[in-house]
Amino acid sequence: MTEQMTGAQALVRALEQVGVDTVFGIPGGAILPAYDPLYDSKKVRHVLVRHEQGAGHAAEGYAQATGRVGVCMATSGPGATNLVTPIADAYMDSVPIVAITGQVASAAIGTDAFQEADISGITMPITKHNFLVTDAADIPRTIVEAFHIAASGRPGPVLVDISKDALQATTTFSWPVQMQLPGYRPVTRPHSKQIREAARLIAESKRPVLYVGGGVHKAQASAELFELAELTGIPVITTLMARGTFPDSHRQHLGMPGMHGTVAAVGALQRTDLIIALGARFDDRVTGRLDTFAPYAKVVHADIDPAEISKNRHADVPIVGDCKEVIADLVAAIKANGQKGDYAEWWRHLDAYRETYALGYETYEDGSLAPQYIMERIGALVGPDAIYTAGVGQHQMWASQFIGYENPGSFINSGGAGTMGFAVPAAMGAKMGRPDKDVWAIDGDGCFQMTNQELATCALEGVPIKVAVINNGNLGMVRQWQTLFYEERYSNTDLQSARRIPDFVKLAEAYGCVGLRCERPEDVDDTIRKAMEITDMPVVIDFVVHQDAMVWPMVAAGTSNDDIKYARDMAPKWEHED
Amino acid sequence: MSRHTLSVLVENKPGVLARVSALFSRRGFNIDSLAVGPTEHADVSRMTIVVNVEDLPLEQVTKQLNKLVNVLKIVELDTAQSVQRELMLIKVRADADSRSHVLELVNLFRARCVDVAPDAVTIEVTGTVDKLEAFVRVLEPFGIKELVQSGMVAIGRGARSITDRSLRALDRTA
Repeated sequence: MTEQMTGAQALVRALEQVGVDTVFGIPGGAILPAYDPLYDSKKVRHVLVRHEQGAGHAAEGYAQATGRVGVCMATSGPGATNLVTPIADAYMDSVPIVAITGQVASAAIGTDAFQEADISGITMPITKHNFLVTDAADIPRTIVEAFHIAASGRPGPVLVDISKDALQATTTFSWPVQMQLPGYRPVTRPHSKQIREAARLIAESKRPVLYVGGGVHKAQASAELFELAELTGIPVITTLMARGTFPDSHRQHLGMPGMHGTVAAVGALQRTDLIIALGARFDDRVTGRLDTFAPYAKVVHADIDPAEISKNRHADVPIVGDCKEVIADLVAAIKANGQKGDYAEWWRHLDAYRETYALGYETYEDGSLAPQYIMERIGALVGPDAIYTAGVGQHQMWASQFIGYENPGSFINSGGAGTMGFAVPAAMGAKMGRPDKDVWAIDGDGCFQMTNQELATCALEGVPIKVAVINNGNLGMVRQWQTLFYEERYSNTDLQSARRIPDFVKLAEAYGCVGLRCERPEDVDDTIRKAMEITDMPVVIDFVVHQDAMVWPMVAAGTSNDDIKYARDMAPKWEHED
Repeated sequence: MSRHTLSVLVENKPGVLARVSALFSRRGFNIDSLAVGPTEHADVSRMTIVVNVEDLPLEQVTKQLNKLVNVLKIVELDTAQSVQRELMLIKVRADADSRSHVLELVNLFRARCVDVAPDAVTIEVTGTVDKLEAFVRVLEPFGIKELVQSGMVAIGRGARSITDRSLRALDRTA
């Protein structure tokens, strides 16, 4: 197929050809030529957001809910720089998105022209790759390359910056196009020798754990993981990025590791003799003080990104490959050597941790709401088939701990970057990608005030998400640290949201959404049910909760996992192991 | 810490040098020397990067470099198994009295005099880092007015080429 058209038309045609159905964005001067043919596209739906950051997080939510590449679009200069936060977020959490930005005309690049910003330079350290296109003829090939890079290997964000003159110039569009990426060859097939070596270590191990990260879901390998876990009987730990990849209800699931992980998961890692790390990266929030992390463990580390292996923790058996193939090969190798480990003694310890130090929380005699209770009730009433998103902070940790996840990809949140304000736009993107799913954004009152402008987009575009604002009137996680480490000196964490500035119910109504409020435990179920009954409009629930609720367990930053506290000043007793 | 010489084959495209050098700085590595230039293949540039790091961080930076889409191949060149050269241009004070002494040193070091003025000479010298340092030391007493030095370039000894295979891959996609 060969046709004469403008660069802008070629861009839209290329997006259609690679299967894009939704683009989140805002037009402006430099990207304006692209918006004209976009207006006519029958295949691509453009969603006009209210802030480019919302477009980026929506693309991330869309990508994580569908497993496809999310797309956002912005103009040059401030439009593009407003995408920086979501791009950085996508980079940290390996989310496949393509950001398309307009750039000033190529002759004006470098002259400090109006709305000029060197966005490819700015995003160089936070993209998997980026492109600056100044020739219309390069647009279709660049789009194909961008989508390929974003989605393959370790996924990540790719930015395509296109100068205005390239969008306006006439070019010959031909399809298909040949990619020119001689330096890009992700390894997906694991080395069989390494697989055999891993299987041997698993057979020898007395106290193994499966440390499962976000890479397993990205590889669509939860079925393989399930088989591996059931075949071996090895306990499973799922990181924040992997919640739902293995069912929370499964007997072998110990919970989340790390700073706010369960005592059982953290204790298992500290005592294990073999960590089988699958698509996880030994993040500092998981390891605590690195030199005291998992002191007895050998490490099998499987990841599609060779640079993650032995980056933080030495891998005794490095396996580079796609987790789907790695786990399937491991299952085959373990079946072939026929040995089955005896972990009864190990499970006796782990079960003791689980029973003694189960997740719990404080309730309040004054009748005020415990945020954790809200999570439990949302989890129970809305159920595991919904998609949940979260912002960053206490509410995020409670959402991870208390909702209960059974399905891969059902919890979408900002892990590595810790981007406040992620929940609402990500929920919008997830709902647009999966309209068949109920989508609940669990948000904090601090986060909510950073990106709630996208409620207008949701209301106008018919995206009936639910937003549960856990309103403690504070930047809760920071306040928690001030309580614990700064002598209760609450410097600049009191948002005074409890004074109803703003009033979240009125705010919701102003945005064309339904606003509900709940302040007492006995009203929680009814409020959630009422929200569930509304299916044609977005709903915001202002859950006013006790401001002193804290996230437990906790490993204080920079300390050893061995020093985990399951409540304030309450350390687990490990000795019943011996 | 120890010095390592990396030969990095990259696509000859705008911005690739910035991607490589920015990666070193954001991952916390100091570059001792960096030289870039064309190769026998028009689409490929070659960088020679000298870094002073321990083995483990070197492995990490090599892996990170490999992730750059425009990087085709990375080879660490062993000092004993490769030829390593730097180029230096030095402007030295030299009048009628001292010029012959300077020129004697130029000959001893197999350097070349490339410009002469009544009170100075400009000398071109190539060699290993050690040789250039030695040369600078013996010229210092005369008075060095100006000095400019290239990054190191290096190539493996023997018949094997590090570019063969990567260029074949490149030809396939072209």
